[in-house]
Amino acid sequence: MSVHVGEAASALPFPEAAKKLVANSQLRRNVRHATNVIRTKRGRVVAEMDDWEQLRDAGKAIKDHTLAHLDEYLLQFEAACTKAGGQVHWARDADEANRIIVDLVKRYGSDEVIKVKTMTSDETRLNVALEAAGITPFETDLADLIVQLGEDKPSHIVVPALHRNRMEIRELFMGKMGLDTLGYQPEDLAAAARNYLRERFLRVKVGISGANYLIAETGSVVVVESEGNGRMCLTLPDVLISIVGVEKVIPRFEDLEVYLQLLPRSATGERMNPYNSIWTGVTPGDGPQAFHIVLLDNGRTKVLADPESRETLDCIRCGACLNACPVYRQTGGHAYGSVYAGPIGAILTPQLQSMEHSQTLPYASSLCGACYEVCPVKINIPEILIHLRTKVVDSGHAPLAERLAMKGAAFAMSKASRLSLAHAFARLGQWPFNDDGKLDNLPGLLAGWTEFRDLDAIPAESFREWWSKR
Amino acid sequence: MVISLFITCYNDALFPQTGQAVVTVLERLGHTVEFRAAQTCCGQMHYNTGYRHDSYTLLRQFLEVFADAEVIVCPSSSCVAMIRDHYPKMAEQLNDPALQARVAAILPRIFEFSELLTDKLGLTDVGAFYPHSVTLHASCHGLRSLHLGSKPADLLKQVKGLTLIELPDADQCCGFGGTFAVKNPDVSAAMLSDKLQCVLGTNAEACAGADNSCLMHIGGALSRQRTGVRTVHLAEILASTEKSS
Amino acid sequence: MVVQAMTSREAVLANIRAAKGGPADESIPRLYSASVDLSPAEVVEQFADRLHDYNATVHHCTVDAIPATIAGILQTRQKTGLLIPSGLPPEWLPADYAFRRDEGLSYADLDASQGVLTACDVAIALTGTIVIGHSPAQGRRALTLVPDYHLCIVRLDQLVATVPEGMRRMAALLPAPLTTISGPSATSDIEMIRVKGVHGPRTLEVILVG
Repeated sequence: MSVHVGEAASALPFPEAAKKLVANSQLRRNVRHATNVIRTKRGRVVAEMDDWEQLRDAGKAIKDHTLAHLDEYLLQFEAACTKAGGQVHWARDADEANRIIVDLVKRYGSDEVIKVKTMTSDETRLNVALEAAGITPFETDLADLIVQLGEDKPSHIVVPALHRNRMEIRELFMGKMGLDTLGYQPEDLAAAARNYLRERFLRVKVGISGANYLIAETGSVVVVESEGNGRMCLTLPDVLISIVGVEKVIPRFEDLEVYLQLLPRSATGERMNPYNSIWTGVTPGDGPQAFHIVLLDNGRTKVLADPESRETLDCIRCGACLNACPVYRQTGGHAYGSVYAGPIGAILTPQLQSMEHSQTLPYASSLCGACYEVCPVKINIPEILIHLRTKVVDSGHAPLAERLAMKGAAFAMSKASRLSLAHAFARLGQWPFNDDGKLDNLPGLLAGWTEFRDLDAIPAESFREWWSKR
Repeated sequence: MVISLFITCYNDALFPQTGQAVVTVLERLGHTVEFRAAQTCCGQMHYNTGYRHDSYTLLRQFLEVFADAEVIVCPSSSCVAMIRDHYPKMAEQLNDPALQARVAAILPRIFEFSELLTDKLGLTDVGAFYPHSVTLHASCHGLRSLHLGSKPADLLKQVKGLTLIELPDADQCCGFGGTFAVKNPDVSAAMLSDKLQCVLGTNAEACAGADNSCLMHIGGALSRQRTGVRTVHLAEILASTEKSS
Repeated sequence: MVVQAMTSREAVLANIRAAKGGPADESIPRLYSASVDLSPAEVVEQFADRLHDYNATVHHCTVDAIPATIAGILQTRQKTGLLIPSGLPPEWLPADYAFRRDEGLSYADLDASQGVLTACDVAIALTGTIVIGHSPAQGRRALTLVPDYHLCIVRLDQLVATVPEGMRRMAALLPAPLTTISGPSATSDIEMIRVKGVHGPRTLEVILVG
């Protein structure tokens, strides 16, 4: 077993990565602008739905129900999809999924593939595996194209290149597409991408996709998108290969009516995204005549095994928690060191890796609760963050100074008399740092605090002392 | 009514004036305030940072101290949120039905200070006088966990002489988050800088709130940057009268 | 290869069975609205409004006036003809224009065309959505994808108000592939500015009939 989540295992700790990113004023401006726009649009289209809370309840309940019967629904999907002409593969981890896909592409005799945005393939680093096998992957989502051409990393679940502005993209396109002139309006840049990809869409024989939903009862697969690149990849090639996490299955076609309302409004603030594609196996005379689907575990069953945090798998990858998160809004996605950024990334990435890496991610949150408030399937992200923090502490991965401070505080708090003594010590301890009632240069754990803020000196008399004299 | 004050550990040591203000307001309204000296801390810092086992001890201690209190008031929205949101789950984690029952029994008797005044006592005008312009920081726990909504603002609006100025982006976290500010100082400072811009943009003389932890954070930066704007707990505004000011 | 795939299948299923606890709450609350309280005229108006929001052009006409309406649109757009799926009703087509049936056209043919004219299966007012079930009157998926212009005829009896109502009609079309279209292809990937038209048809025009 070799579970990996992109390059998360070797990523910088969150505070270190974030320190560099918050210093980048252009990036912060780009991220701020993009998240503000989506938040505003989302707020508007969510407010017009009287039954939004009921949809959220249904969305959560369907997912929780599915997870409780995951094996049954996957088998039902497998049977229905196979009956409709699809071929179902199972992969325990990222490497196995990549191997299956590389073998399939080779078997069909292609040395290039067109890809529609799939986070799951970013998770498995499929492009690296394809390239190593001499297969050229073409990303076709505009944002993914920007990321791929820029040899960059995605920074958002839905809008992976929101950290780049138009001038940066223009320069990139001119260089990589060999253009002498190019306008800088978004229309010009989108048109350049259309021209660049058009010929590839019509030529390449193998398409690779992810999926938003698998429908157990019908064996259907659903891809939600905006640009039409998805339809191109799902429709024009001779062969279609989809890589999908096992948690993406839902029981019935009817269940889709819930998610087709929750997802677009949460993700992009649209009432409906321009295109949804729903296909069932192979349709003679229409679209790819060979369809393969790879069902991926890669740590998901480990997440499922923890009752306190398994609802992480309810996620429908809408990105609303990223846009709402005040931490993400400062750092952008790269600070999270994973293809999954923001609050959902902070809980998903460490869990997929069995808590062996990314231990600073559960702390990358002020627990303000904005993520939980917007989550269309009501994942209690703050609660799961706290749960994962407990795992970090219990496994001995918390810093020593913090553990000592916490133990000391717990000891002091365990009895009021000890607390009074601690007050006295603290008052005594602060005098070298006391500058006219303000502490402005503390050492150790509190150095980060006083780098940016003063701290009021501890008053001479605590409340309990005042009370006892009354 | 006899009201038992849960001052919270950090208010006890760092903001005694807030506790004194709560006592002043409630006594002025004719209630009796008691302070149980055995109290210490709700355990929020330990629980939220991952030191769950240490917080269990503090949960038991809290229940011990306040078991027979008729009404408990706490001038800290995050501590009330800790008790209300997490104590039931913690008791469940401990798999102790008796403890769960004790938690369930105490929850309806705990009020955040503005909740006590508006919900339990049915008041918005407590006879305060505070001739200053004030903006109000909502605090995430007050906003999203306790759903305080307009309660703190309703109280401020009845204060004589006070001009309440709406804070833009009031739903945004100030970046405190307990140990978050210590573990992620750069991101926390970036969030705080946004909050400061909003506060300063109001031109208010003071930034009020129902949680001294956020106010300590915001106030620390207001002070460091020599802005001349202060922070003040809601209770201290409500304690202020024409006589006292 | 086959043996290994079986092994992984069993391994993943075993992991799932070991991981999941007791049965979760089995009741799924479906208290959201399946329908809305709008008159048929209001539903039509809402659908047209939504299409306008998407920058799609909308026309209204009676069944008899379909050919004349199509002719008018083609004249305005300075088109001499369109591709059509094999099952499109011939009585809809105006004379004096060249309509070419898609009988195994190459992708290059589709790409070089002036556009495509099709019917649809279902339309949803609340979201301005057109559902193509790829039956004979709509053709294979590539036909409504590769051309840069899509003229779509929506009969009012195909129009429902809400997504759940639409989904119920869509369920009857399975296992045919389904494409839902809510405005022309679009992206907001650059600075969140909505750009109409990336890869799918950049222009969507709709004739509401009835």
